[in-house]
Amino acid sequence: MSGQPFMKIQNSAIQELDSVVVRFAGDSGDGMQLTGSQFSVVTALEGSDLSTFPDFPAEIRAPVGTTFGVSAFQINFGSVEISTAGDEPDVLVIMNPAALKVNIGNLRKGGLIILDEGSFNIKNLKKAGYEINPLDDDSLSQYDVKRIDITKMTVEAVKEFGLGNKDALRCKNMWTLGLLLWMFGRKRQTIIESLEQKFASKPELAEANIAALNAGHAFGETAEMSYALHRYHVNRYKEEAGTYRTVNGNQSLSWGILAGSQLAGLKLVLGSYPITPASPLLHTLSGLKEFGVVTFQAEDEIAAICAAIGASFAGGLGMTTSSGPGIALKTEALGLAISTELPLIVVDIQRAGPSTGLPTKTEQSDLYQAVWGRNGDAPLVVLSVSNSTDGFDVGIEAVRIATKYMTPVMILSDGYIANASEPWRIPDINDYEPFPVKFHKDPEGFHPFLRNTETLARVWAKPGTEGLMHRIGGIEKDYNSGHISYDAVNHQKMTDVRKAKIDNIANDFPLQKVSLGTEGGKLAVVGWGSTSGAIHQAVKRARNDGMDVSHIHLRHIWPLPRNLEELLKSYDKVIVAEMNAGQLNTLLRSQYLLDTTLLSKVTGQPFKIQEITDAIIENLGGIK
Amino acid sequence: MNKPVEITKLSPKDFETDQEVRWCPGCGDYAILKGVQMALANTGARPENTVFVSGIGCSSRFPYYISTYGFHTIHGRAPGFATGIKLTNPDLDVWLVTGDGDGLSIGGNHMLHVLRRNVDLQIMLFNNEIYGLTKGQYSPTSRPGLKTPSSPYGSVDAPLSPCVFALGAGARFVARGIDTSLKELPITLARAKEHKGASFVEIYQNCIVYNDNVFGEFTEKKTAQDTQIHLKDGERMIFGKDIKKGLRFNQDKFALEVVILGENGITEDDILIHDEKNRHMAFMLCEIEAPEYPAVCGVIYCNPSESYDHSVTAQIEKVKETKKADFNALLRSGRTWIVD
Ligand code: SF4
Repeated sequence: MSGQPFMKIQNSAIQELDSVVVRFAGDSGDGMQLTGSQFSVVTALEGSDLSTFPDFPAEIRAPVGTTFGVSAFQINFGSVEISTAGDEPDVLVIMNPAALKVNIGNLRKGGLIILDEGSFNIKNLKKAGYEINPLDDDSLSQYDVKRIDITKMTVEAVKEFGLGNKDALRCKNMWTLGLLLWMFGRKRQTIIESLEQKFASKPELAEANIAALNAGHAFGETAEMSYALHRYHVNRYKEEAGTYRTVNGNQSLSWGILAGSQLAGLKLVLGSYPITPASPLLHTLSGLKEFGVVTFQAEDEIAAICAAIGASFAGGLGMTTSSGPGIALKTEALGLAISTELPLIVVDIQRAGPSTGLPTKTEQSDLYQAVWGRNGDAPLVVLSVSNSTDGFDVGIEAVRIATKYMTPVMILSDGYIANASEPWRIPDINDYEPFPVKFHKDPEGFHPFLRNTETLARVWAKPGTEGLMHRIGGIEKDYNSGHISYDAVNHQKMTDVRKAKIDNIANDFPLQKVSLGTEGGKLAVVGWGSTSGAIHQAVKRARNDGMDVSHIHLRHIWPLPRNLEELLKSYDKVIVAEMNAGQLNTLLRSQYLLDTTLLSKVTGQPFKIQEITDAIIENLGGIK
Repeated sequence: MNKPVEITKLSPKDFETDQEVRWCPGCGDYAILKGVQMALANTGARPENTVFVSGIGCSSRFPYYISTYGFHTIHGRAPGFATGIKLTNPDLDVWLVTGDGDGLSIGGNHMLHVLRRNVDLQIMLFNNEIYGLTKGQYSPTSRPGLKTPSSPYGSVDAPLSPCVFALGAGARFVARGIDTSLKELPITLARAKEHKGASFVEIYQNCIVYNDNVFGEFTEKKTAQDTQIHLKDGERMIFGKDIKKGLRFNQDKFALEVVILGENGITEDDILIHDEKNRHMAFMLCEIEAPEYPAVCGVIYCNPSESYDHSVTAQIEKVKETKKADFNALLRSGRTWIVD
């Protein structure tokens, strides 16, 4: 949250807020993700800047009422620039005792709790592990608690539709959403429309949900006095003119890669195997057949990448998507793509590890795997996605590099931005320069490892072309003929050229910019990937407070930008902030012999702004 | 530029490469290579439209020796690569070369799925019942008791029948050949090429170095007519030097048996007629083994259904007919708002 603290106010006038963090928390079955995303849509449509954080358990249906079955959705929105989902909620919406137990620790002191009193029965309290009802002692005394029997009022509101008890209770989330919409003065119409759409085949469910939504809204109006409820107003955010939508990281990345394939003039062929949190890319692209996209749900991760490599061999753009454990399985095949120098897009939506780890929680711990994790000297290009909208441009750049240099490109995103939404000023595809692939056609002097002297890329000759029949594989190739070769000197030469080709791509990358602040100074905070919002806000605030600190955020992980060493060495001190045990930190130290300081967080949760602020202050020795 | 290309008929020699063949002298792979080159020439295959994909192992060196497009990939995974190639360009004629270790051990999973999906490929599995390239360990088709460096006291692994596996996986075309049967093998391979869908061909291949003569009991030229049966669709399953032996269905045992025409009142009418579309018969034919039975060769099962690559392509084309590919419209789908 970047505005003033959310205040407990005493009068009923509408209070103006710069920004506010709301967290919806309930049981997995309470529909919190739907509630949160609907609230986000309305918030976006009314012009606030926003950032969301869906936080849900790995179990599809964990036992009802338990703490490990709690699902939450956090949204930070405001009339000011928002770049994280917020450190601490100002408003906590609680649908059962377990949700309170899991989420209360993070609520801002003095924050507002709206809770369903009806769910605080002995059974649910016991399941949540409460011995004493927290509503009966003073454990919540430092918060502004609104106890509302949402259960009862929802059942009442939908009575006329004759739903069973279970279906009736499922409307609780819409009742709650109605109340929140009233609180923030948001319109209901878009939600009503989407409920009508969602339940088109079951109109009684649509009507019941809409009735619950309206009842929650009406409750705000009528109970304003008796419950001391207040209304708030968050102004529009002054954004650049244009058409906007919300987008999450997986969406923007899917579209970016598809855009890249269109700009390259290639058929996109995705080989994939379902895995959290990468599956939405497979889902999105499977629905885009009108663009000629081929999607292949393979029998496993290995077959998925192999099909993608086969596609590139055949003259398409092969692509595979996964998360850490799946990428590990793809490793051997990735080596073949490097050895045969075929373009390939590999997407790794990182999650907390090692092994199965925490599948639905976020982390940035696959950087070593991406840059170094293969047998043999096997360099490739690694790009990273910094926020929910960034995937579009990263996707296009990945395709451009992969096809221009005939190399696999790995894109690192993570579970946080994969699911988090932000408003996005929709680009016009016609503003992007096409980079059509030129397949090799000329049989004169042809062999498959003929290289472009500038880019060092080999020629791409696809099957079906007369006179260019050739055989390639994982055995070392002769530099001059492309035939298999066991020659020692040749292996040195081929290893060198594969490395030189990737190193040289740094010259194609833009120079590393300072995201916020100055070139040179006392302190730089370096980050990559989804930490960008938190670092940005922390640095912005510190600079407003007069501290000499700058933010450098990397998109290009390998090769590193060619001016990065010089840039980093222009600061007295460099902090590397990342959600792992220090992987970029190791990389920068090994490349530049630079004495960096690590700020590591590995809890499965994104950085809080405050955590970075604290590190900035500490590293400036308290000196501003 | 656009002169009509004269399609000259190619000879087997036209499918040879300039690469020195690196199999052991006397290896069965040489004969198979010849058989494939003959099949390609006989069927009018175009080198530029043909791709050979392989995994790892002795058999998987195959693509280097055929002057078409070729991709020598990684151990066991050739089906994935071949599927990707076929999905990208369904017009290519794609052959997959694998072995008993590559295709049924490390790549068993992929073999199962490429067959059940029915990707339009010719899959040649060279079965020599041994790991050659890693110097002679037992494979998933090795017979129990086989002594190898990794089974010095004899293998205790239960072996697998490749053709039974293929049928079980849902293959729509299953055939078998013998490396040295250069009369029959090219015909069987031509049938495989003609079949739209996954065509599985097991080829008994002699590894002269690590498992020599393992198929000797039925490959011996002199006795071959009595120890092999070459199936023909719609014809009775009669074989033998004197054309006197046949396969009959014994109802009491619910199994096939070898009978002799003229003995015990056996007439031609007792002998089964081969029906390539009969999957139950195919299972029985795949399961019988020498020496009690003849080695069953030729097309055992051929019952085409739509291939996977065809279905995928057709679905895309169908969507294209109804939906316009408008990228800007895609980005603007769903809820948008305007800031001015
Ligand atoms: S090891 Fe056996 S299978 Fe391999 S090339 Fe030699 S003879 Fe052939």
